[in-house]
Amino acid sequence: MAVKPARETVVQPAEQLRYARLLDWGTRIGLFVLVLTFAAYMSGLTRPHVPLEQLPTLWGQPVGSYLQQTQSPLGWGWLALVQRSDVAGLVGIVILAGCSLACLLALVPLYLRRGDRAFAVLCLAEVAVVLLAASGWLTGGH
Amino acid sequence: MLLRSGLGSLRLALPLAVLASASSIGGALLGLAMPANVVQMLLGGVVLGIVVLMLVTKKSEFPHVEKPDALSQALALNGIFVDGASGRVVQWQVHRTVPGLFVFLGIGVLAGMFGIGAGWANVPALNLLMGAPVKVAAGTSGLVLSLVDSSAAWVYINQGAVLPMVAVPSVVGMMLGARIGARLLNVLKGSVIRGMVITVLLFAGLRALLKGTGVWP
Repeated sequence: MAVKPARETVVQPAEQLRYARLLDWGTRIGLFVLVLTFAAYMSGLTRPHVPLEQLPTLWGQPVGSYLQQTQSPLGWGWLALVQRSDVAGLVGIVILAGCSLACLLALVPLYLRRGDRAFAVLCLAEVAVVLLAASGWLTGGH
Repeated sequence: MLLRSGLGSLRLALPLAVLASASSIGGALLGLAMPANVVQMLLGGVVLGIVVLMLVTKKSEFPHVEKPDALSQALALNGIFVDGASGRVVQWQVHRTVPGLFVFLGIGVLAGMFGIGAGWANVPALNLLMGAPVKVAAGTSGLVLSLVDSSAAWVYINQGAVLPMVAVPSVVGMMLGARIGARLLNVLKGSVIRGMVITVLLFAGLRALLKGTGVWP
């Protein structure tokens, strides 16, 4: 399978490099927000929704009873509590879970310009799947 | 880093990720509805099965793909990279694309159900089934994981099943570890990568099985 093109001639496709650049930025921002909100929680700078000292007795419980005891919201309801330091941690997670959307959408014009409709459709299909998951329309659990 | 060096292939990842993402939503809903010990035992059994599969398969670092199938050719599922360990330029292509797509549909269900991703299943499927070199399989697996887990993560977030204070240290640790892993993937030999994958899978599979059966709480 190994062939002999010169090492210097090995270049990755433009869409792959664009995706890499955007994903790198998205994950850096997400990581920064995660660290910032975690530091705020641990330092006690802002009031948490669930106090740190109560957490060890609660986190081993089934999701349903944890939510009931802590009166935590479902779906996008956490946004109403985003000023609480522990809930704010979700912002970083949401950035990480959502940054692929921007990366994929940025590829669509590149693929269309090159006439690669199949991959433009695949990008849009993946975006649609992530949006469906994020919508909160799908429910389940105990 | 892996995409820039060609060790991860966006072209190979996208079709597989679309199917796996869609099925991971169903898997996540299933995982939330099943008892935790059953999920752990299933996970342990599947991972240990993959360890056996990897152990009995020889010559998987650079699988020989004689001819790509029609779908692989139509989608141009191929690539090129410079192997940092040997300095060689490696061109690759894949085959068995249709079975691969079906396998990734199943992997998506597992990824969503176990809520931990399914890199342990991606690598053997890409490498042993579709014939991608083990380094490309590992790199592309990371990309598939990021897309598939994005979908599954939303289901868990919407169900209130993500505890930020537990998730944040894990996510930060994994992201930093992934950057180190990406550098290692480029310079280590394929055989070493294969050995590491098998070792980690063996530990993870045993741990999950023992946890599910209550032997190792």
